Amino acid sequence: MEALVASGVGAMTAAGVYLILRARSFPVIVGLAMLSYAVNVFLFATGRLALDLPPVISKSAEAYTDPLPQALVLTAIVISFGMTAVIVVLALRAYLESGDDAVDIGATDSESADPPPDDPGDPPGEKEGAGR
Amino acid sequence: MDLALIVMLPFLGALLPGLMIRAGRDACALATGSVTLLALILLLAHAPAVFAGEVIQARWEWLPALGLNVTFFLDGLGFLFAGLILGIGLLIICYARYYLSRKDPMGRFYVFLLLFQGAMVGVVLSDNVLLLLIFWELTSLSSFLLIGYWKHLPEGRQGARMALAVTGLGGLAMIAGMLLLGQIVGSYDISEIIKHGPEIQDSPLYAPALILILLGCFTKSAQFPFHFWLPHAMAAPTPVSAYLHSATMVKAGIFLLARLWPALAGTDLWFYLVATTGLFTMVMAAWIALFKDDLKGLLAFSTVSHLALVTFLFGLGTPMGAIAGIFHIINHASFKAALFMTAGIVDHETGTRDIKKLGGLMGLMPITGTIASLAALSMAGVPLLNGFLTKEMMLHEALATDWAGIPGVVGLAAAVGALFSVSYSFRYIAHVFFGKRPEKFDHPPHDPPAGMYLPPALLIVPVVLIGLFPAAVAGPMVAVASGAVVGGPLPDYYLAIWHGFNLTLVASLVALAGGAFLLYRHAQAKAFREKFPRPEAKRIFESVVESCATLANRVTDALHDGSLRRIMAVTVSTAVIGGALAFMGAEHGAGAREGVPAAPIAVLTWAVLIGACIALVAFHRNRLLTLVIVGVVGVIVSLGFVYLSAPDLALTQISVEVVTVILLLLALNFLPKETPRESSSPRRARDGAIAALAGLGVGGLIFAILNRDFAIPTISDFHLANSKPGGGGTNVVNVILVDFRGFDTFGEIIVLGIAALAIYALLDGALKGPAVKRLQSWVPDQERARDRHPMMLVVATRVMLPLSLLVGVYIFLRGHNDPGGGFIAGLVVAIAFLMQYMASGYGWAERRVKIDYHLMIGWGVLAAGFTGVGAWIAGRPFLTSDFTYVTLPVVGTFEIATALAFDVGVFLTVVGSVMVALANLSRLARTTEAPVSDAPMDVDPTRRGRPAEEEG
Repeated sequence: MEALVASGVGAMTAAGVYLILRARSFPVIVGLAMLSYAVNVFLFATGRLALDLPPVISKSAEAYTDPLPQALVLTAIVISFGMTAVIVVLALRAYLESGDDAVDIGATDSESADPPPDDPGDPPGEKEGAGR
Repeated sequence: MDLALIVMLPFLGALLPGLMIRAGRDACALATGSVTLLALILLLAHAPAVFAGEVIQARWEWLPALGLNVTFFLDGLGFLFAGLILGIGLLIICYARYYLSRKDPMGRFYVFLLLFQGAMVGVVLSDNVLLLLIFWELTSLSSFLLIGYWKHLPEGRQGARMALAVTGLGGLAMIAGMLLLGQIVGSYDISEIIKHGPEIQDSPLYAPALILILLGCFTKSAQFPFHFWLPHAMAAPTPVSAYLHSATMVKAGIFLLARLWPALAGTDLWFYLVATTGLFTMVMAAWIALFKDDLKGLLAFSTVSHLALVTFLFGLGTPMGAIAGIFHIINHASFKAALFMTAGIVDHETGTRDIKKLGGLMGLMPITGTIASLAALSMAGVPLLNGFLTKEMMLHEALATDWAGIPGVVGLAAAVGALFSVSYSFRYIAHVFFGKRPEKFDHPPHDPPAGMYLPPALLIVPVVLIGLFPAAVAGPMVAVASGAVVGGPLPDYYLAIWHGFNLTLVASLVALAGGAFLLYRHAQAKAFREKFPRPEAKRIFESVVESCATLANRVTDALHDGSLRRIMAVTVSTAVIGGALAFMGAEHGAGAREGVPAAPIAVLTWAVLIGACIALVAFHRNRLLTLVIVGVVGVIVSLGFVYLSAPDLALTQISVEVVTVILLLLALNFLPKETPRESSSPRRARDGAIAALAGLGVGGLIFAILNRDFAIPTISDFHLANSKPGGGGTNVVNVILVDFRGFDTFGEIIVLGIAALAIYALLDGALKGPAVKRLQSWVPDQERARDRHPMMLVVATRVMLPLSLLVGVYIFLRGHNDPGGGFIAGLVVAIAFLMQYMASGYGWAERRVKIDYHLMIGWGVLAAGFTGVGAWIAGRPFLTSDFTYVTLPVVGTFEIATALAFDVGVFLTVVGSVMVALANLSRLARTTEAPVSDAPMDVDPTRRGRPAEEEG
């Protein structure tokens, strides 16, 4: 079970990191959401894994899992929602103002509301990689 | 106690002027004056004790571990300075009432003045160097506000900025010096430090500490080469100049020299640094002052020169030097404040401060002219006025001092300085109040109202009285203040006008005659001066600032080129490399903890998760599909929480999941539905490598944690043991949230509320400017459903609404003892509301909603806060919870806990925040749509075929 959780966290982190390195705002937001999952599960798991030991006091229970990481993660889940909501709206506003959803300043200069044409021959997002 | 009150009074009083200005300018000035007067009375109440040689102390421990304590002490030196600050402050407050015009915001002026006054009093009464530094920085900040008071004037703003930059930088250097000093002595108490003079001077850290502290003193007291800020600070209103540059701000540097004199003075290094700087600045500034045509410019440079005189006297390191220095502080404060005020009167009455445009004012303004002449004669050092006495003492000390073994050079320089001083002082009289009157004035000038000339007139009283009877009037004050500076017995001295016919008197007379002659040949002297190039300090300063800004911009541009991807890549790579280095630098063994066996269903779920992650990366360009996959991941995470004994987390995760997906869908409505392929293959490979390494690192780390037991005992056992007896609930997670860690939760719902309001602000702004044009011309880029408000959905959500609300209440109420609570209940209720918006449209729902969600956030935070405050009433710390059991007929026995009220706050904030965020997003969508339909759905089930108009 430990290996499953650890590899799951690793996979979610990797997917999240890959997506936050994309050039458009939407994948970055999704990547952050994935990272939130990964971090939340990570923190939760620091209380170690336990089956059928919910931290609810009762006479019949023999033992309990660690409640503290759960309390921390519960608030973290709600806060990550708040954060996601803010950046989604930020991205939306930026797109509505500029007609462009690129995350790099100067990567695209499109004035129109339409996304710039997909042109792999001269990728605008590569500016900083090649030029500096 | 009342020592602290003297310091705190101006700060507390600073609340008054802003309010009192509504009752008029007189009331405002009166309120401000009363504050200062009260502080002054409190101070004077200590006079008998101080003059008896006592040191009054007040002490509170603040951060004893850092040596930072709130400690004040009042000895002769502190008494002298606090008296000057408050006494002259009182006169300035009166003067400013008449000086400021109706257009100037007077309330603000007095607020700044009192803040500055409090900071100054704090500096001179602090007994802890760290506390002193805090007040020191406060003087820099508040003087910035005062100098830049006329913020519409560019000179005012530039002068204020320059003053802040120079004195602030000096202050930073001084912090380092003071810390070194504290390090040497082992205590940050000034009263301790000044007892350890020899120990400090033997320390190898003495030289760096001294130089750093002197940097602070010299910048503050405008000594060469930092003198240039003071003349530019003259752009301030004259009451500010009179206050800052006679008795307070610039005297802070001098004060510190005096305060630390027993600890630092007496070495060669001290002498050559302090006395030389003082002597040079004195002569140089006096020479420049002679040629300033601006009245306040002349006074500014004369101030620099006289401060330098005091610096020089302290720099000598002899008790006699210290006595003369203290005496001159008193004298300079009195005549210089009077001079600034008369300059302000002249400016106020004639509309100019240019000496070339003035002259012959004595006949028109006899009172002002007399006050100004007496003060200027004192500044020149004419006998029978107080300036004469200290100039004699200074010349006497200078003539007795050798510099690097050369006799006479110090005395000569001091005499030359005195000569220039005489010359510019006479010029202030002769070229303004005597001589040829200019052709015409716009308004014939006359003496101002009494409120304006009385303050300088009052200051002339000590100028004359000390000049006539020095020992009787100033003797005790000088003795007790010098005693505090020297920290030991004073040598025999007597303050008198006549010391016999000696070299000092000759030098003094030569200076008087030479100064008068120099003024007579002023034009030639000016021509002589203009032959030499003169560096313009302001231009140099600004070019330095400019080049610093350019450098900073270049560095910033190089580091942040606006590419988020680059920043992200660097950040993640740095974390990965840092983790890898730490990992390789330590030993590793296999974990000893016994694992949990993996059931087949767990393996299956895991496989779906891994598949979802791969699919997400592979299909991330299709944004709608991306959302579906994210939903899958979220559900699996929720399932994982259920499986691993975290029912609360599972409930929270699944409800957040729903809200998040709705949010992303609403946003995606307006965003492009596809992500274009922009990255080159190498770049994708590079990103993939970074991502894989990051995933490996994080996964490996948690794997290592999971295979080990707790290194130190966990604090969770406390929570488990105390949840029921202490918190009154069996659901430990909920009890932690609302009770043990209630303060965290309180902060968190505030953050959530702020996030929701930020969303509101962002989207509300989108309804203006280019964004709204784009929205209005927006054409749906995908085929839309013909039936926008389907009947099935509408009916189902209506039926579900009361049920969902009931579920919300149920989850909320059981939360303390079973999985549930405010967070989850809030999300459930929010979803139930959102479904109404989705089913019948924003416009329709908005008309029927009677709840203001913004208010709901506010009430939520308040409810949680009041619950916490309630504990105070019971005499317990913030957010202490309590609970009791109540028995009601029919219902039975149940528990009431204050934590429940707190959870209500959480609930309200969560509902409010989610609704504000999502409702505003859908409001955006409405701008693109047709007028709001009043029907809940597009199909009307009551009618068959024919439209309503035809029927009616």
